[in-house]
Amino acid sequence: MIRLQNISWKAGAFALENVSFDVPAASYAVLMGRTGTGKTSLVEIICGLRSPHHGQVWLNNRDVTRIPPGQRGLGFVPQDGALFPTMTVADQIGFALRIQKAPPNTINATVQELASEMAITHLLDRKPTGLSGGEKQRVALARALAAKPAVLLLDEPLAAVDEDTQSDLIQLLKRTQQQHQITVLHVTHSRRETEALATLRLRLENHAVHIDSP
Amino acid sequence: MHRPFWIALSLICAAYLLFWGFMLGATATYTSPTEIWSVLISREIRYATGLSLITCTLAALASLIVAVPIGYLMSRARFPGRSLVDAALDIPIVLPPMVVGLCLLIFFQTPIGQGIEKLIPFTYTVAGVALAQFVIAAAFAIRTMRGVFDHLSARPEDVAMTLGCTRAQAVWHVTLPAARRGMFAAASVAWARSLGEFGPVLVFAGATRMKTEVLPTSVWLAWSVGELEQGVAVSLLMIALSMAVLIAIRLTGERA
Repeated sequence: MIRLQNISWKAGAFALENVSFDVPAASYAVLMGRTGTGKTSLVEIICGLRSPHHGQVWLNNRDVTRIPPGQRGLGFVPQDGALFPTMTVADQIGFALRIQKAPPNTINATVQELASEMAITHLLDRKPTGLSGGEKQRVALARALAAKPAVLLLDEPLAAVDEDTQSDLIQLLKRTQQQHQITVLHVTHSRRETEALATLRLRLENHAVHIDSP
Repeated sequence: MHRPFWIALSLICAAYLLFWGFMLGATATYTSPTEIWSVLISREIRYATGLSLITCTLAALASLIVAVPIGYLMSRARFPGRSLVDAALDIPIVLPPMVVGLCLLIFFQTPIGQGIEKLIPFTYTVAGVALAQFVIAAAFAIRTMRGVFDHLSARPEDVAMTLGCTRAQAVWHVTLPAARRGMFAAASVAWARSLGEFGPVLVFAGATRMKTEVLPTSVWLAWSVGELEQGVAVSLLMIALSMAVLIAIRLTGERA
């Protein structure tokens, strides 16, 4: 689950004020909002990349407000995938486990398993340069899932891909969420993505988050 | 329709490059290859060449060691007084080089400087040559590294942190490997700046033959006693070394 309690954050003229919402465990929440309303800042606060001025962030019944990003038990897929420029696809997927000093055979098994799930086995030796937008997002998704996070944060993951690839990735995201029984917060401004994926619809407007009825 | 405009710009560019071409051509043909060779293999110039190569490499490595963390700090961190720090980092670039040498000389007369001198003597020594080159070269390396980090997205680092890295681990595993070409460019710029550094070296380390004489000092010593051929030969060697650095930077795909 994801729970935000009275989150306030300010940078210059931009502000989030008393943002509170709950995303129940294993549900797929889609957060919509116009450009510049603070969707990405909110995701960064949940990730731990920004500290809120007030309020608490709870993930899986644990107050993680003061916990570093890497110990929050979440996976993060930004808009363009943000792949590591010098690593092969296999190294990207195995990165979290390598940092945790997992044994090499565990890392290899996880890399193979996730690559197969994301249909990117043929890309394992490639570096990010030359991968298509859709391939990059599949790699970013596999990388985020490697450490088996309880929560997955997707920041406009389909914004930089064409329509056909969007349809494929929508199916992949749906399948992945159900298979891993993971709590997802997906940020977008696409109605199509919301309709295809959301079990909970949230809208960021006037500095606060509202629950949209389906 | 816009043709005359582009032709005019091209003519200015061509005239500028032609001027440089004539200058370098005139220098290259001023003396005979035999004369150049005899100067370059002389004991003093071989010493100055060796010392230049060593001190420039030391200055470039030291510059890189400070440029990477400072460049990263200035590119990624937002803190009070940042613009003041930013301006301060450019001081060595805008100060007249002689003044930098004088500042070094005076600093090593202070109690702190004297304390350092007891550990490593700098004034009028080979170590002083490298230090004088470093103080200027580091400023250029910092500027280059800052540009490199500005062009690298911070997002992969953020992702690495969500995957279990501390900030330092994220920089080490993700950002520095991506910045390695930029690091090479920064070191090359620092090396090339050090090679041409004359004022601070002269003031702080002196111009003693077979001791603190580097290539620019050789040109100056030759010129001051009217041995222009010797100065030209050393200048041509420095031009060749600078060209090699320029080509190396271009080949790595970075514009310094």
